[in-house]
Amino acid sequence: MLNKRFFLQILSGIFLLLIAHVSHAQFRVEVSGVGLTQVPIAIAPLRGEEGVPQKISAIVQADLERSGQFKVLATGKVMDETERPDVGDLRQKGADGVLTGSISRMSDGRYDVRIRLWDVVRNQDLGAMSYLVVAADLRLASHQISDLVYLKLTGDKGVFSTRIAYVTKSSSGRYNLWVADSDGENAQSALASPEPIISPSWAPNGTQLAYVSFESRKPVVYVHDVASGKRRLLANFKGSNSAPSWSPDGRTVAVTLSRDGGSQLFLLDSQGGEPRRLTQSVAIDTETVFSPDGTAIYFVSDRGGSPQIYRMPAMGGPANRVTFTGNYNISPALSPDGRWMAYISRIGNAYKLHVMDIASGNASAITDTTADERPSFAPNSRLIVFATRQEGREALMTTTLDGRIKARLAGQGGDIREPNWGPFSKAQP
Amino acid sequence: MKKLLSILFFAAIISGCSSNVKLNDVPVEDRSGANPSTAASSVSSLDARGIGSLNGIKPGPAGVANVIYFDYDSYSIKPEFQSVLEAHARFIKADGTRRANIEGHTDERGGSEYNLALGQKRAEAVRRALNALGVTDGQMEAVSYGKEKPAMTGSDEASFSKNRRSEITYR
Repeated sequence: MLNKRFFLQILSGIFLLLIAHVSHAQFRVEVSGVGLTQVPIAIAPLRGEEGVPQKISAIVQADLERSGQFKVLATGKVMDETERPDVGDLRQKGADGVLTGSISRMSDGRYDVRIRLWDVVRNQDLGAMSYLVVAADLRLASHQISDLVYLKLTGDKGVFSTRIAYVTKSSSGRYNLWVADSDGENAQSALASPEPIISPSWAPNGTQLAYVSFESRKPVVYVHDVASGKRRLLANFKGSNSAPSWSPDGRTVAVTLSRDGGSQLFLLDSQGGEPRRLTQSVAIDTETVFSPDGTAIYFVSDRGGSPQIYRMPAMGGPANRVTFTGNYNISPALSPDGRWMAYISRIGNAYKLHVMDIASGNASAITDTTADERPSFAPNSRLIVFATRQEGREALMTTTLDGRIKARLAGQGGDIREPNWGPFSKAQP
Repeated sequence: MKKLLSILFFAAIISGCSSNVKLNDVPVEDRSGANPSTAASSVSSLDARGIGSLNGIKPGPAGVANVIYFDYDSYSIKPEFQSVLEAHARFIKADGTRRANIEGHTDERGGSEYNLALGQKRAEAVRRALNALGVTDGQMEAVSYGKEKPAMTGSDEASFSKNRRSEITYR
C-alpha cells in the first residue's frame, strides 16, 4: 500500500515535470495598445473545433490582433465555410470581413481544415482554402490562414508562418536556443548548453542560424543547420568571435573579431576561410548589419567617444555617423524594405527601443519599458520583436513600428532573450 | 526508486523535445563517469554546468587573487592590482607550457554584444599589463564574456562593481 502511494507520488511528480517542460516555451499574448487604422474582422469559431488539440480560431485571432492591422470581433456563433453569412448583422456589428470554416478529423487521424473569407462590405466571397494536416501542424495551418486573411484584407504579405529564434536561460543556468513560430509557440530546441548562447542570426534562406556560443569558454561563432541539427564552426580565432550577421545573398557573414586586438569588423565567406578585415580603428567596432540591397553596412562604434551607429560601404570605405541624439546608441536593425532602422538608445538610465525613418533621420522611442535589447524586424517590415524586462523577468515583445500595438511573448520558467526574426519561408506562395 | 525516477525524467525530457528541429546538446566531458545521454545516470548529472566549468582548468599561483576589478566605464588597471599581476606574470614565465585565459566581464546594463566588446577591453588591458611584465602573447589569450557571466546577480552598484572584472584562469 505504501509502495503504491509512493509510486503515485512519483507519477504525479513526473506529470509536473512534463508540464513544466512543455509550459517552458509557452507564450502569452497581451495586446496593450490601440491602433487607429485597423480592419474590423469577425472570426467565427470553426464548426467541429471543440476537442481538437489546437483552437484554430483563437490562434488566428491572436495573430491578427498582434499584427496591429486588425480589430477582431468574436462572433461566438459557429459559421462554417458552406454558409452564406448574414452580412446585414455583421455590418451592424462593424465588421468589414468575416472568417468562417470547419474542421473534421479524417479516418487516418489527420485533420481537414476548411475556411472561407467573406467581404462583408461588398457581400463578396474572397476565397476558400482547405488544409489537410496532422495534429502537429494545426498551428502551422492556423498561421497560414492568418497569412491568407492578412494578404486578402491588407494587400500585404503576412508574417504569421515565419519563425523566430531566441535563447532561454533556465533558473538552473542552462541555456537553450529555440526556433519557434512567430507567436513564440511551438518552440523546438536547436541547442542546449551549460554555457551562454547569444546573437542568433537567421541566414536569408531561413534554413541556417549563426550564433555565438561560449561552450568552449570563449565566444565562438557557429553556423547551425536547423533541419538536420548539424553545425560547423565559422569563426574560432584567437580572442573573441561574435556578432554574426548575414549578407542578403547569404554568401558572406560579417563578424566582430578581436584576433588583431580590439573589437573590429571582418567579413567571412559563409562557408568559412580567411576573414577580411573591414575596419581599422583603435575603437570598438561591432554589431554589423547589412542594408537590404547589400551595398552598405550599419555598425556600432565608439570612435567618437560614445557608442553610436555608423554606416559605410559593405566593401569598405569611409564611415558616416547615423545617430546624433544621446550618448549610447547600439544594436541597429534594418527593415527589409530599407525604410526604417530600429536600435536601442539610452535615455537617462533607461535603454529604449527607437525607430528611425532613415530618409529623414527622425527617430522616436516607442516603448514604456526600460531595458530593451536587440530589435529585429519581421520580414514584411511591419513588426519588430525585441527583448526587454517586465515584472523582473526577461521577456520578448513584438511591437508595431509606431509602438501602438505591443504583445508580450513572455513565457514562464526562465528568462527569454536574444530574439531574431527569420525570413519568409521559401515554400510560401 | 531513484533510478526509476531518473529514467522517467529522461523520458520526459526526450518526449518534450520531439520535433523536426534536431536537438543538438553540447557534449560536455563528464568526469563523474556518468553519461548524461544514458538513462542509468543520476538526475544531477543533467546539469553539466559544474563539470563544464571545471573542465580543463588548472590551478594558478597559490595564494594569489585571480580577479582584477574595474571602475565604472573604465578599462584601466588600478595600481592596487599591480602586485597581483606581477605574481601572475612570474607564474606564467616560470613554465613555458602554462596558458593563461583572461576573461573580461561587464555589469548587466546595456546590450550583450556591446558589453562583449567592453569586456574585451578589460581582458586586453590585463593582457597588455602582463605583456609589459614580460609575458608573451603565445602564453595568453584575452577573451570576453560581456555581461553573460556576472559574479553577482543583483541590480545594484554593489553587484555591478563585483561584475566589472577580468578573471585569469589557467588551462
